[in-house]
Amino acid sequence: MTRSPFAALLLLALAGGAAEDPFDGDGAFVPRNAVDRAVLAELRKRRIDPAPPCSDAVFVRRVFLDATGTLPRPEEVTAFLWDRRPDKRARLIDALLEREEFADYAALRWCDALRVKAEFPINLWPNAVQAYHRWVRDAVRTNMPYDRMARELLTASGSNFRAPAVNFWRACAGRDPAALAQAVALTMMGVRIESLSAERQAGLAALFSRVAYKGTAEWKEEIVLLDPAATGPLDAVLPDGKKVTIGADTDPRAVFADWLIRRDNPWFEAAVVNRVWAWLMGRGIVHEPDDFRPGNPPGNPALLALLGQELARSGYDLRHVYRLILNSATYQQSPVPRSDDPRAEALFAHYVVRRLDAEVLFDAICAITGTSESYESMIPEPFTFLPEEERAIELADGSISSPFLEMFGRPTRDTGLWSERSNAITGPQRLHLLNSSDIQGRIQRGPKLAAVARGARDGQGAITAVYLLVLSRPPTPPEIEAIRRYAREAKVNPRQTLDDLVWALINTKEFLYAH
Amino acid sequence: MIQIWLWGGPSHIDTFDPKPAAGRDFCGPLDKPIPTNVDGVEIGQLLPLLAQRADKYSIIRSMTHGVNGHETASYITQTGHTPGGKRLVHPAVGAVVSLLRGVDRGYKGEIPPYVVMTKALGRFSESGFLGLKYKPFVTGGDPNQKAFAVEGIVQQGVTRERQEARRKLLHELDALGRAMPHDLRFEALDRAEEKAYEMILGDAGKVFDLSREPDEMRDRYGRSKFGQSCLTARRLVEAGVPYVAINYEGWDTHKRHFEAMARMLPDMDRGMSALLADLAERGLLDTTVVWWGGEFGRTPRVQWGEPWNGGRGHHGACFTHVVAGGGFKGGRVVGRSDETGEAVAERPVHPRELIGSIYELLGIDPVGPLPNPLGLDLPVLPAAAEGAPGASRRLGEILG
Repeated sequence: MTRSPFAALLLLALAGGAAEDPFDGDGAFVPRNAVDRAVLAELRKRRIDPAPPCSDAVFVRRVFLDATGTLPRPEEVTAFLWDRRPDKRARLIDALLEREEFADYAALRWCDALRVKAEFPINLWPNAVQAYHRWVRDAVRTNMPYDRMARELLTASGSNFRAPAVNFWRACAGRDPAALAQAVALTMMGVRIESLSAERQAGLAALFSRVAYKGTAEWKEEIVLLDPAATGPLDAVLPDGKKVTIGADTDPRAVFADWLIRRDNPWFEAAVVNRVWAWLMGRGIVHEPDDFRPGNPPGNPALLALLGQELARSGYDLRHVYRLILNSATYQQSPVPRSDDPRAEALFAHYVVRRLDAEVLFDAICAITGTSESYESMIPEPFTFLPEEERAIELADGSISSPFLEMFGRPTRDTGLWSERSNAITGPQRLHLLNSSDIQGRIQRGPKLAAVARGARDGQGAITAVYLLVLSRPPTPPEIEAIRRYAREAKVNPRQTLDDLVWALINTKEFLYAH
Repeated sequence: MIQIWLWGGPSHIDTFDPKPAAGRDFCGPLDKPIPTNVDGVEIGQLLPLLAQRADKYSIIRSMTHGVNGHETASYITQTGHTPGGKRLVHPAVGAVVSLLRGVDRGYKGEIPPYVVMTKALGRFSESGFLGLKYKPFVTGGDPNQKAFAVEGIVQQGVTRERQEARRKLLHELDALGRAMPHDLRFEALDRAEEKAYEMILGDAGKVFDLSREPDEMRDRYGRSKFGQSCLTARRLVEAGVPYVAINYEGWDTHKRHFEAMARMLPDMDRGMSALLADLAERGLLDTTVVWWGGEFGRTPRVQWGEPWNGGRGHHGACFTHVVAGGGFKGGRVVGRSDETGEAVAERPVHPRELIGSIYELLGIDPVGPLPNPLGLDLPVLPAAAEGAPGASRRLGEILG
């Protein structure tokens, strides 16, 4: 811990930066881009008021969490709060999208959807998981155009170790054409196969009936190929009902990819921009994001169409869509609703608070306390031990987990369904955060807080340091007073006061929820 | 219901299905089975206490599913479902009981309805498509330590006074909660906090306080992690918890198997026999199913060479499970393995048949519906129409 945050905070306090209400910023909702115009048009139609902008302190924490799955460090918070440039939010967004943690976190979300898991029931096996995860993460990191990413996944052939995209065809509930069609529809179109007619389900399955698998001499290597014994033309039906006949010399998967990845295909762009929107906004425009069907229309069709157009126009640049959303006044609203209309949340009239993802929450607790976790894989023997500094958002393999991650609803990656991730609060979670030796031990023994205790000049310095570390904002005067009262009245020593402050802040809604 | 899960797969021929005539290549040093208090039934020589209680339990010696991978075998043995081409992962028996006999029946206990000691299974998601709400409460800690430090419930080093003071501090610092007083998520969090403190500061957590048991009782169960887990399981069942599982580690004995058996079987013998006797003495055995078994058995033929040095591999073709109480008759043997214990000779029993029988005893309709995220028509167990082995069969010979 350097001394600079304290100096900066002192200046901030002098400048009146430590507001009484830490959540709302100045002014009212002012549309800034096309996203906002689409959102506002829908809200006006229904006479719903949007929320005002969030404060800078809320923004810096929020955008770090949503874009990188990572809490800002105290010095990053103070640098941002102290920055007086009018475009500082846009600059921060640009910087975050270039960070390694952005690639880590986006890869995590993709790998949830793609079911990247070594063991039961997906059984990719460890080597293939590592190769596949690296491929997905590289695609994010290099910002591979999404049309190319989708086509590579859909048409890959070769070894699961050497052509990692082929694992798309291995990470399915089964290997029969119906199971493959189910996975393709869910992952690429956001469609659950049951919502298609029986004829279209069968027609889609036919497109994947030539996908074949064979082993090699190398342990757990597997080749995905087109069935060499296939002869004659193949009759199939595309999801829009169009019948196709495919010759034996054509990869039927490429026929599907050609049909899917096309400007006038209603499913392709909508599915992916809706997914990105849901990742950043806490719920989809179509919700759940993998349940596109006539009976589940988008809350704001114009918004969904706009995002799709922006994706296509940018050359399928997903980072462009991230930037568009994160820079919008819609994203930058206060979490505190101004409307009690029950549709306000589904129409994005405020920032939707959400409990931190299991991995993000755990990494945040580790960052605050300076502790870590030893992840290990029991397969294959000998066991694999991951380095101590490996963060939960970096874990490639859904089969490598911890009791904390399980308890807090990390997805099992059994199905790839959005609903597999649960950010609901449960009784055991509450007990764990309030009263476990795990959390208490990290607070008491973690090196980070010992350093805070040593480094702070006085009680207020320590309180400020802890607030920046845990809540990414300076404390308000009443909060400082409450903590001083606690130090006086509770029968605890100074270090216990600090521990109890960290414990209390970790258990606040403000910490547990992105807001 | 108490499930004793032998993690890794216990050897059937060294426990409840001895084969003394098969010779050293199969039995190793464990070739002298002992009689039990049931005429004609012999069990392994390292289980003398269980031999005195054989009237309490029944042995199924013809369990089979044919799978030798831990994960898939665990899934089949704990759910009754077979994977492959299925859209969703089914919940384990504990999660089904937690839903249908716990939450749906208005279970109001402060202790969660599905408790696992002390570590989670980790082979597959126990709650499957039922999701987070039906995951087991995993205790952590070790009941054989001076205090059983159940994660989240038993906290050492923070006094009650400090607990109460810092809770007040937490409320004073709850700025976002005050800014959004009507948020439904936050209301749920507040309710969870209320319940958590009832447990932390109230009496419910005392069920894990084994110092409330007389020393003789603790000795009777054995002063080991497993023995004291069995004792805790009895206390939990007494307190009305519908499903308690003990994940008993160490049975994946590929190497030096017989040394491991000499060490572990006396521990198992003591803990499990004390549990059965204690439940019976308290009149709880009639209403409590006890289920013993792992994901498979172990290869009856011993691997004597390097690197195994007397090891046993995975064996899903034929293995043994044991059931007692809750309506299961005791003192019976179901099915028979062949002369070496490698194959089922008579009356094959698929895990599905055993689980279906357990469900019937618990009053759960095996073909009743389970809620799932896709809204599919999914029964608790697969219907006979799917051609699943054992789908409609029940263990009639030991159902009371």
